[in-house]
Amino acid sequence: MSMTEHRSTSALLYLSGVTVSFDGFKALNNLSLLVEPGEMRAIIGPNGAGKTTMMDVVTGKTRPDEGEVVFDGKADLTKLDESDIATLGIGRKFQKPTVFENHTVRDNLLLALAGLRSWYKLLLAAPTKAENNRLAEILSIIRMEAQQHMLAARLSHGQKQWLEIGMLLAQDPKLLLVDEPVAGMTDVETETTAQVLREINKTHSVVVVEHDMSFVRALGVKVTVLHEGSMLAEGTLDQVSADQRVVEVYLGR
Amino acid sequence: MITRFLWQGMGPSLRAAVLFVLAIGIILPLLNQLMPAGSTFYVPAWVLQLIGKYLCFASLALAVDLVWGFCGILTLGHAAFFALGGYCMGMYLMRQIGSRGQYGNPLLPDFMVFLNYKELPWFWHGFDQFWFAAIMIVLVPSLLALALGWFAFRSRVTGVYLSIITQAMTFALMLAFFRNDMGLGGNNGMTDFKDILGFSVQSDATRATLCFASALVLAIFLVISAAVVGSRFGKALTAVRDAESRMRFLGYRVEGYKLFVFVLSAAMAGVAGALYVPQVGIINPSEFSPGNSIEAVLWVAVGGRGTLIGPIIGAFAVNFGKTYLTGALPEVWLFALGALFIAVTLFLPKGIVGLWAQVRKARAPA
Amino acid sequence: MFFLRLLAGVSSALAAVVIAATAWAADLQTLVTNLTTGSFGDRETAIGALAASGDARAAPILEALGAGQLYLRKADNVVVIGKPDGNQLALTEAVSGKPAGTGSEAELDRVRVNNRLRGVIEAAVGSLTLMSPDARVRRGAADSLFKRPDPAALGALDAAIAAEKDARIKTAFQEARAAVVLVSDAPKQDKLAALDVVRDKGNRDALSVLQAAINSASDPEIKAAATAAAASVRQSLAAWEAAQNVWYGISLGSVLLLAAIGLAITFGTMGVINMAHGEMVMLGAYTTFVVQDIIRTSFPHLFDASLVIALPLAFVVAGVVGIAIERGIIRFLYGRPLDTLLATWGLSLVLQQAVRSIFGPSNREVGAPAFMSGAFQLGQLTITYGRLWIVVFSLLVFATLILVLRKTPLGLYMRAVTQNRPMASAMGIRTPRVDALTFGLGSGIAGLAGVALSQIDNVSPNLGQGYIIDSFMVVVFGGVGNLFGTLVGATALGIVNKFLEPYAGAVLGKILVLVFIILFIQRRPRGLFALKGRAVE
Repeated sequence: MSMTEHRSTSALLYLSGVTVSFDGFKALNNLSLLVEPGEMRAIIGPNGAGKTTMMDVVTGKTRPDEGEVVFDGKADLTKLDESDIATLGIGRKFQKPTVFENHTVRDNLLLALAGLRSWYKLLLAAPTKAENNRLAEILSIIRMEAQQHMLAARLSHGQKQWLEIGMLLAQDPKLLLVDEPVAGMTDVETETTAQVLREINKTHSVVVVEHDMSFVRALGVKVTVLHEGSMLAEGTLDQVSADQRVVEVYLGR
Repeated sequence: MITRFLWQGMGPSLRAAVLFVLAIGIILPLLNQLMPAGSTFYVPAWVLQLIGKYLCFASLALAVDLVWGFCGILTLGHAAFFALGGYCMGMYLMRQIGSRGQYGNPLLPDFMVFLNYKELPWFWHGFDQFWFAAIMIVLVPSLLALALGWFAFRSRVTGVYLSIITQAMTFALMLAFFRNDMGLGGNNGMTDFKDILGFSVQSDATRATLCFASALVLAIFLVISAAVVGSRFGKALTAVRDAESRMRFLGYRVEGYKLFVFVLSAAMAGVAGALYVPQVGIINPSEFSPGNSIEAVLWVAVGGRGTLIGPIIGAFAVNFGKTYLTGALPEVWLFALGALFIAVTLFLPKGIVGLWAQVRKARAPA
Repeated sequence: MFFLRLLAGVSSALAAVVIAATAWAADLQTLVTNLTTGSFGDRETAIGALAASGDARAAPILEALGAGQLYLRKADNVVVIGKPDGNQLALTEAVSGKPAGTGSEAELDRVRVNNRLRGVIEAAVGSLTLMSPDARVRRGAADSLFKRPDPAALGALDAAIAAEKDARIKTAFQEARAAVVLVSDAPKQDKLAALDVVRDKGNRDALSVLQAAINSASDPEIKAAATAAAASVRQSLAAWEAAQNVWYGISLGSVLLLAAIGLAITFGTMGVINMAHGEMVMLGAYTTFVVQDIIRTSFPHLFDASLVIALPLAFVVAGVVGIAIERGIIRFLYGRPLDTLLATWGLSLVLQQAVRSIFGPSNREVGAPAFMSGAFQLGQLTITYGRLWIVVFSLLVFATLILVLRKTPLGLYMRAVTQNRPMASAMGIRTPRVDALTFGLGSGIAGLAGVALSQIDNVSPNLGQGYIIDSFMVVVFGGVGNLFGTLVGATALGIVNKFLEPYAGAVLGKILVLVFIILFIQRRPRGLFALKGRAVE
């Protein structure tokens, strides 16, 4: 596929022939993937299939040995680092909630708020009215107005999850990468999370990496199956479940 | 905007601290100058010199705390910036000696005559002017910090790696300054200063003024630090300290934050060193020794890292102990210093300020 | 046929020596007297004549003259040799060799020599000692003749070459002969052949002989040949010099390796930076000192074994202290690497001051056993046994460590804990114990390093201080968690250091290396041999 061809595609995220190897082991092997604007995509695969490495490549943490990674039809992500990519509009939610424990809830959101990032501007900047309004809005969405001046370290696990979702809203990325959001959750929590993600998907594109089949089913979106660093199958969950190779990969081990 | 910037970080306790520092810097020198020598309230010049020294150390500690306590960069090389500022001041003071040196050479300092220099090395030019020296005092440490930080932060050298590199830096500088052909006095460094800005460095009035200047500088540094830490920049800075990669994924260019605070801190250390030199009357390469830098870190740890008052308390407490012990029980001092390192990290990670906060919290419900 | 010719050659040479000896023997008295009179020029002739006599008694006389110990007794004008004996001089008659009582400087006239004469005397003694029964003396004679070739010695050299049995000394004689030929008025062919011999010797002395030949040659062909020979010697000398630098580099590298290898374990596998690591080295060195001290006073015959005895003790002492540090301090600070750094720095201060209080602040003398003293020559390389043994020792320690890590249960546990602590713990490995033992092992190896370093560094409380930065640089440069990287890193840094030194000086060289490593970390933050992948995050 030539350079000009992909530039004309409407894909929000475009991966082509991406290969990453660690000491001879190919974590990603000629992986290609397209995510359309507004789409929510689930990525599944057994352990070591390359799901997290793919996220690392998209967010700039790992540089691919080969292949193209293009965002929004123009930005070559292989040439950019994490902060550039984040500024372009790719957000990432880690498996473990990571909030700034020594900051208040409000400051956490303020730090995440899209906009000012450069150090010299932040030295003299006071929060603007628009920013304050947006913070108030997000605080009410995540129902944490009462805790806004509490240190994040003192929040419960569930509250931290909510705060992190609030931070993602504040960051307002075009594309959101979510890493195993329901690991270790109860069924009820899993269902709530699926709802939240669907809600977010109304305004943002989302890529979810997940093990949990029932969760993926609850999302009801297109599924990509990774295996040994390559795409094995793509389609609805029912389609890929029927795929003989997918069954082998999951059950054959 | 600037005033708002400067006052944004000033809580009530910080205001008190600034006023207290200024009070020391005004009252002690005045008591020295106005009281007769026999009076109970007379403060002898050596006390002024000691307090002036401690005030400089406190400024250094504050500089260390800014990068370590607020940005998580454990610098083991801040004494290098302190010493560089000191050397710049030393060069100015050497040029002020003029023809009053032992060899009576109007242009060349004594050690150069001794080492058969025929002319002034290029980097000594300009240091006969105070304004030039003053610029250099800020510029030289800043540029070194900028160069080191640029390389280190861009390549994401963090944690103990960065610590050891900063230590290697000050170690290398120490070796370099020990060399006679550096043209900076080699082993013996610079001493026998006569005048600063036309006033004799030995006179009580000058000592009083230097003590006041040290207090004033510390107060200014406190205000600047509070402003930086209290700004949105400061919130981002502590966030970088706590979760650097998370900040990157939020789109922050972490290097810029680190670099700014590192350079600012180096400049502060340089100014502190420059004030230190005329008060102790000597600057030599041992100021670069890695032990000095790490001792400054200890002051911060003892006082309470990540607080602005902590480093000042720590610098005064540890140095008071040092002055006392090295006089009374010199053998014990290194044992005490070593034990203090261990005790603070094991039992008092938040330092004296943290202990105070704990005590207050424990009392509050009762 | 060949044998006959050889026989003829040998016998004629022998005959020449015998004739010369008898002819001049009677005149020894005259010759010696001539030494004491006339101008410096006359005396030079006299020295030449005395040397040409080949008389065995002439050598001590000339040596005395060179040393300023030849006197003319004022009372009877007898030439005597005076050796200092208290305030007086013990006298020997020069010619007869009989003792002649004692005398003071006032009763004697010293036969004065200048620098030029001293050179002549050295060469003369050289030719005289060619026939000495002592192989070392003959060798020395050949060397001094080579350095100061004297045409008069040609006959003596030929005789000596014919008589010599030791092949090496014979070569030395032939080289000396070639040098002599070059300054003599021998035919051109001989000189050209001599140039080849000198070129093959190939050291610095050969170069100066060739340089002299270039300067004095009148024949353009000889001049050209000498120039070519000098160029070739220069080239080979440059190669040898590079080899010498490599050797020095390897030697420094082995020291770095010894110091760094323990750190590679504690930092590389546990992620803990022990700033007191250098003090573990110091403890090893002081253990060696204590062992030697006890041996000196109580078991002097064991002195040569002192280092071997010290090794296990140093390992145990440093290892036990290491385990105590881990159990007492470091285990409370896991996950806080910067605090560990500060606490262990404090500990290093305590250890230094403790050693200073017990042993005093000054350097302690640790002697070298016989097998570690002396040096040998490898081509143009001088290799001291001490350095050689340290290189061997460091490789042995390295190999043993690799074996321990690969083949023993402790090694297995250590690797398991390094790779996945919770999993190792879940599988029943007692991780705290493994941590303590790992730390003990790393510290013990630092102790072993101390034994070796006691041989080449000052044993003082500050011994360890200098090593922590270097060791850290080696570990980082080689790649954290990779012992082979540490080996390569140590050797590479050692060699780079030694190659920089001649150009930049030791201090600037060190600074350049530091700057280099800072830039290197910029390029490859994980070192030379990086472990890639998620496991190292």
